[in-house]
Amino acid sequence: MAEINTGGGGGKHDGGKVRSKKVSTRVDMTPMVDLGFLLITFFILATTLSKPSSMTYNAPDKTKTEETEPLKASNVMTIFLGDNNKVYYIFGKAANEDPEVKTVGYGYELRKAIQDNTRKVSADKFVAVIKPTKKSNYKNLVDMLDEMAITKTQRLAVVDELTDSEKVLLKDKVKLEI
Amino acid sequence: MTDVAFLLLTFFILTAKFRSQDAAAIETPSSISGIKVPEKDIMTIGLGRDGKVYFGIDDAPNRIAMLDNIAEAKGITFTNKEKKDFSLMSNFGVPINQLKSYLNLPKEQQATFKQPGIPVDSTGAAASNELKDWVFNARKANNDLRIALKGDNLAKFPEFKNVLATLQAQNINKFNLITGSEAPPAGWKASSE
Repeated sequence: MAEINTGGGGGKHDGGKVRSKKVSTRVDMTPMVDLGFLLITFFILATTLSKPSSMTYNAPDKTKTEETEPLKASNVMTIFLGDNNKVYYIFGKAANEDPEVKTVGYGYELRKAIQDNTRKVSADKFVAVIKPTKKSNYKNLVDMLDEMAITKTQRLAVVDELTDSEKVLLKDKVKLEI
Repeated sequence: MTDVAFLLLTFFILTAKFRSQDAAAIETPSSISGIKVPEKDIMTIGLGRDGKVYFGIDDAPNRIAMLDNIAEAKGITFTNKEKKDFSLMSNFGVPINQLKSYLNLPKEQQATFKQPGIPVDSTGAAASNELKDWVFNARKANNDLRIALKGDNLAKFPEFKNVLATLQAQNINKFNLITGSEAPPAGWKASSE
């Protein structure tokens, strides 16, 4: 049953002429079928087991307005999510005090920037304010929240509105028009 | 032996549950979070690349209950056949006034029909915002529903903000973002809280 009969065995009969000895080319396919079966079973089981993971997102309650102590600009790193997967941030000064706007990409650069800034003030005073702009996309926001989880930043806020001084700052320093 | 192999293979194929057609392909970003998406009692709000919003809940009887609630609220009636078809859809993205005609399309046309998405708006509470109606009626049908947001990588932030506003207007502040898996960077340990 698991053989291919190539007809090499008793085929041609050319009367009298010397023919080289034909090697029968029967292939036993049992191992191949077994491997195929194993692979298919593996893939079937593997696809049912990989469930997508999820990230929790806790938004503050908009109806409750708590009085929190005002943030000192020296502890705050404001991170703007720009277009084209670029991130701009300012640290230590408010937008109207002419701070330096730095540009980083996602991944290692951003992580290093966050960790360096966290070390400048202590970890429990460091606050990250994330401001996504209209030009950023969903992946940018998820990556940013992921970086917060990786760097274990405890205090963070996601704010949709940019202040006027921030808009002017971004327009002047990095040519980003909001 | 080959017969046994094929029999077992056929058995596994037939016992695997078919995934019902998603309204649109959504590629989610990846994150290091290890929490798994729950299997039951889950409401999925999909946000496509082009900003279209799709909605779905997980259980067929819940879907029918939700549809009944919406029909009552909007004054539309659905036939039993339409309800049954609706209960088999895992998610959809049509405005309520097009829902009846969409359900009456034959299956092949349904698969190729470009769903326009569920209307949302930036305040989350406007009359034209149908997402809030679906969310409200779904929770009325099943109070334990948890909310999962499945957003495409390239969906723009303003659309995400609209979905967020819709949920916050109903006082929903805790939800999950569905992401793919990603290995955390080397040497990172999960913090114990």
